[in-house]
Amino acid sequence: MEEKDLSHPRIGVFICHCGINIGAYVNVPDLVEYAKQLPNVVHAERNLFTCSEEGISAIKRGTKEYNLNRVLVASCTPRTHEPLFRAACEEVGLNKYLFEFVNIRDQCSWVHMREPQKATEKAKDLIRMGVAKARLLQPLEEIEMEVDPSALVIGGGIVGMEAALNLANQGFNIHLVEKEPELGGTLRSINKLFPINQEAVKLIKPLVEQIKSHPKIKTHLSSRVSQVTGFIGNFNINLDGKGKAEQFTVGTIIVAVGAEPLKPTGQYGYGKMNNVLTQLELEERMKKGKSLGQNVIMINCVGARVPERTYCSRICCMTAIKNAFLIKESNPKAKVWILHRDLMTYGVDFETYYRKAMELGVRFIRYSLERPPEIIGDEKVENIKVYHELWRKEIELPCDMLVLTTPLIPAEDNQNISKMLKVSLDEFGFLLEAHLKLRPVEFAMDGIYICGSARWPTDVTEGVSQAYAAAAKAAGPLRMGYVKAEAINAVVNEDECSGCGICELLCSFQAIELQPRDNKRVSHINEAVCKGCGTCGAACPSGAISMHHFTDEQIIAQVEALFS
Amino acid sequence: MDNFEPRIVAFCCNWCSYAGADLAGTSRIQYSPNIRVIRVMCSGRVNPLFVLKALSIGADGVLILGCHPGDCHYLEGNYKTLRRIPLLKKMLKQLGIEEERVRLEWISASEGAKFAEVANNFTQTIKNLGPSSLGPFK
Repeated sequence: MEEKDLSHPRIGVFICHCGINIGAYVNVPDLVEYAKQLPNVVHAERNLFTCSEEGISAIKRGTKEYNLNRVLVASCTPRTHEPLFRAACEEVGLNKYLFEFVNIRDQCSWVHMREPQKATEKAKDLIRMGVAKARLLQPLEEIEMEVDPSALVIGGGIVGMEAALNLANQGFNIHLVEKEPELGGTLRSINKLFPINQEAVKLIKPLVEQIKSHPKIKTHLSSRVSQVTGFIGNFNINLDGKGKAEQFTVGTIIVAVGAEPLKPTGQYGYGKMNNVLTQLELEERMKKGKSLGQNVIMINCVGARVPERTYCSRICCMTAIKNAFLIKESNPKAKVWILHRDLMTYGVDFETYYRKAMELGVRFIRYSLERPPEIIGDEKVENIKVYHELWRKEIELPCDMLVLTTPLIPAEDNQNISKMLKVSLDEFGFLLEAHLKLRPVEFAMDGIYICGSARWPTDVTEGVSQAYAAAAKAAGPLRMGYVKAEAINAVVNEDECSGCGICELLCSFQAIELQPRDNKRVSHINEAVCKGCGTCGAACPSGAISMHHFTDEQIIAQVEALFS
Repeated sequence: MDNFEPRIVAFCCNWCSYAGADLAGTSRIQYSPNIRVIRVMCSGRVNPLFVLKALSIGADGVLILGCHPGDCHYLEGNYKTLRRIPLLKKMLKQLGIEEERVRLEWISASEGAKFAEVANNFTQTIKNLGPSSLGPFK
């Protein structure tokens, strides 16, 4: 492909309506007219959706027709759409680093919906700043780095096991790490699974056997990951096992640490009265075939959808219905009531299951957060008083066993994992994926993936689907054998460098080293190790270090454009 | 003074605070439209000179937003920022510029609400301070 002349910037500006998401709050036609008169802009247009096939064609067509050598898109956010637009540029022979993104949706139209005029003014400023940076963009080449064809799976529950098996069956070496002395996770305590009432042990036992005998899987029981360094392709893992430490390298990582059921200490007599259990404790009892009494009452949403924990854990309604179902099935004379606030039985099979439970005689009574059920009894719960919302009166029910349905809460380890892997937590403490819709099983950090209840409470079916998805994603770089590192890294102007060594001390990655050059020492940056944070550049007293794609000139140009 | 609209630059790191700003958007949290974000890969990239430059040509306030301590995508970039910004503020004070015009905050990718709150709160702080005496256009 012919070399583009870059010395005279010819900038094309593509402004997205994003349907009504931008167009309804920001005056897009006005932005186009504004962009057209900015220096070096030779073409500006608007698209209903710049990310659609039509929009992408518009970028390609515009680049050819106007001989553009810089492309700017003003739309949603670079975090989701920069790769797409960069790819479009590359298709028409434009280096992807000659593309600039201006965020006028997530950080403008969506946050100033009641002030369209001010939002439009802000968008104009942002586009002006973007054009100022685009003018100075330079093409960059990415370096390729080898990928170790192996993966680490953290968590040996059903989801982690499925992910490990899936990857191992594709031929990759897998390290499966489980903190408990046995594989199986939460399912080891569970009796049967909805909606087919299959015994949980029948599901996990063959899996555990397959894993134990798989030549590609190395299982580390009673072990925890203590330290992770490195990046996609070459993560160095330190394990803390039973009294011995271990070290190995992997290319990608899958996090499947699951979640924990809440222990509702102090609520409805839990921990004080001997006939109050959680659903999980009930299941352990049922598995052993212990008697449950004739009158069983379950209270849903204990510790869930309350001010201190506002979320719905989604799988617990079905857990309660399942256990009620099984009790009625084995003892039709037993009376089972489920006191609930709302019922979450999403999906065809679940709704049918719920109906069957009602047909078997399980009774559902709705209560409200304002008037929760009350327990009556001293040593044990004898009766439950509940305000029946439909009958509009208080009723009293006999109780031999009270079962509290509690939500899944984030695993205790999540804080550690978040810090160790540099991945985010959400407001409740669950691990947060890169993007809810566009990158559902990936973290923002390259080469690390997530599945199962570590992200959000999931049932087995959903968790296993996510395990397959995460395994497919994690296999990508392993199969390719290399990854391309972003060409965003530090560069030294050796003539300017005084060899003071401040940068060497600052670098967290040991990417900088002073080396002799013509009678002096100068800073040398190892491109393969540099991650491009720019901390060194910000500290260089001689101004000798610059950051590719975020140069001092580019950033200052943005600042100057804002106040011009 | 009543209709003084501060002009504010916010340097956001790519991994935490920029994502937090995006989350404020996807959550449709409305906040004051005075902030203009400049994306950098790490808060450690923010050369204090960028801040001085902005203040000297018309910014009424500058925000530097990074990952929480311990959460930095680049391990320790934000710790460097944590040391630099207080020094910068000391210098500002000596130059006769109110140090409140520069603020460092930690905002994670899940703190959209915090981003909006910081944006509003900082805008109000700057409104109370009035226009910067440095700006050539004041």
